[in-house]
Amino acid sequence: MNRVQQLFARRQRDILNIYFTAGFPGLHDTERIILALARAGADLVEVGMPYSDPLADGPTIQQSGQRALKNGMTLPLLFEQIRAVRLKSDIPLVLMGYFNQVMQYGEQRFIDHCVESGIDGLILPDLPLYEYEQAFREMISRAGLSISFLITPQTPETRIRKVDELSRGFIYMVADASVTGARSGISDKQLAYFGRINRMALKNPRLIGFGISSRETFEQACRYANGAIIGSAFIRALAEADDVERAALNFVRGIRGEVAAG
Amino acid sequence: MIAIDERGYYGEFGGAFIPEMLYPNIEELRNSYLRIMQEPGFEREFRALLRDYVGRPTPLYLAERLSEQYQASIYLKREDLNHTGAHKINNTVGQILLARRLGKKRIIAETGAGQHGVATATVCALMGMPCIVYMGAVDIRRQAPNVARMRMLGAEVRPATSGSQTLKDATNEAIRDWINNPEDTHYIIGSVVGPHPYPDMVARFQSVISEEIKAQLREQAGRENPDLIIACVGGGSNAAGAFYHYLNEEAVRLIAVEAAGLGVDSGESAATSVLGSKGIIHGSRTLLMQTPDGQIVEPYSISAGLDYPGIGPLHAHLIASGRAEAIPITDDEALAAGYLLSRREGIIPALETAHAFAALEKIQFRRDDVIVINLSGRGDKDLETYINHFERFKSQNT
Repeated sequence: MNRVQQLFARRQRDILNIYFTAGFPGLHDTERIILALARAGADLVEVGMPYSDPLADGPTIQQSGQRALKNGMTLPLLFEQIRAVRLKSDIPLVLMGYFNQVMQYGEQRFIDHCVESGIDGLILPDLPLYEYEQAFREMISRAGLSISFLITPQTPETRIRKVDELSRGFIYMVADASVTGARSGISDKQLAYFGRINRMALKNPRLIGFGISSRETFEQACRYANGAIIGSAFIRALAEADDVERAALNFVRGIRGEVAAG
Repeated sequence: MIAIDERGYYGEFGGAFIPEMLYPNIEELRNSYLRIMQEPGFEREFRALLRDYVGRPTPLYLAERLSEQYQASIYLKREDLNHTGAHKINNTVGQILLARRLGKKRIIAETGAGQHGVATATVCALMGMPCIVYMGAVDIRRQAPNVARMRMLGAEVRPATSGSQTLKDATNEAIRDWINNPEDTHYIIGSVVGPHPYPDMVARFQSVISEEIKAQLREQAGRENPDLIIACVGGGSNAAGAFYHYLNEEAVRLIAVEAAGLGVDSGESAATSVLGSKGIIHGSRTLLMQTPDGQIVEPYSISAGLDYPGIGPLHAHLIASGRAEAIPITDDEALAAGYLLSRREGIIPALETAHAFAALEKIQFRRDDVIVINLSGRGDKDLETYINHFERFKSQNT
């Protein structure tokens, strides 16, 4: 079992997954941010591989990616930073990015470097299920990595079953039809969708993402799934911060409902 | 045999690399586009609009003075004479009829130079549908007349302010709009790019160009097949239309002309077939210009319509398999060809199209070969650029 699978074997509730973009706001902030998130009580960290053309992301994450690229962020550097984190922390780590980045790095080489540096799982939103099954699935399972596919309110039941079959670790449940960071708050229509998915009794745990930005929306999401993913709201907090470690600590404590440190 | 498979691949190029949020829309299109396009009622309505509104068939014109200069029979397919001044409208007419049959209420599009944006705004006005066109903030500044045309036609032009603020970013923004509005919106892509079924669907709507060339050439030259067809390629929609009915006629040479900008090796170029490598752009596995890290590179060309870092998967396959020849043409070579065509034939071509004419200088052909050049658009939109270079080309030998 990798660290993601171990996490869900230990606990099925209130899982807090925080997303941020590697190399943002500063090129060498990656390690400090991950360690601060771990200390503050995040359960899982989703590290974004900055990309020039992130189709599924809204303006906040796009801009953080552009800034990270400008800072000089690359995949080899990211793997170095992950290795440094692994000397100090066992927090589950998943990489989020676009399939072209993996293709250019070389699919097998990418997976090898994930395993060797201490990455536990992948989220590649533009990798279709069909393409995954053709070539990539075999490599992922041999490596023991997790992989999370997305479902949305429009995903038909048969396809949700397919996503459940192919995902390893957890399913990424998109709260609403949108790019990241576009919505906030949870509507009745979404609650009905969360309930519908719950009744399907899927084998994978589910984390709700897109539109989760506060303690209130996090707690709401946790009532309907195993936890939630927060990205854009955290990126905004980092963008405004003088001290990224303190910003990470305060952010997680705010979400967990603990008193924020001064 | 050049053909697309049911997964949307031409050989190893194509497919649909899309976020799950787009899956229902793409799946709906994939399941219905061929059925709808083959309905007799659709076909009738499409053909009638092409005839009565667009002005088809466009002439196939034997350019005698140009033929004399190059010692070959050069025919020009006059797509510049279409309503709105380019081939783009063939596709927008087709897609808006399809969008109506899918029950869509809102149209979005991307545009670079503004030609596809104008063609989309035009058909939206015709059908009384709201139209939002995404355009790079940089392109909005350099293509002011087309922005004004779109607004006059009732479209909302939204600036794409991400990335390099040009065509690729406008396309990203349009895709994000579609993700946010999955139920009532149809996205009219302007070229043979994007996830399956767009490349095939757009090629089919544009295939009217080669269908007409075949019939016109039979009548005018006594043969259906030319020896060569030349077309410029950005994403590749006019070339796809001009090549379509000749794809499997091996004796017909297909020439795809790319924009080399300041020169293929200058760092300021859009010659994707030379500079590109296999990867994914806008949901399609194809050839694109990228860094070793897979970051998409910003291209350059004097012509905004060829200023795109990718190429449609059909063209990637044609070039990789040797079925089509790719020829890079620089800004200056295109300008010279634009001036030459103006003086020799009284036709000012779009800068995109001028690249196709410049290829005549680079291709080996036999005396009396029959050549068809797809004259994809007219040059009105490019007058300012032409005029800026007037002093250098005015004394050109005619």
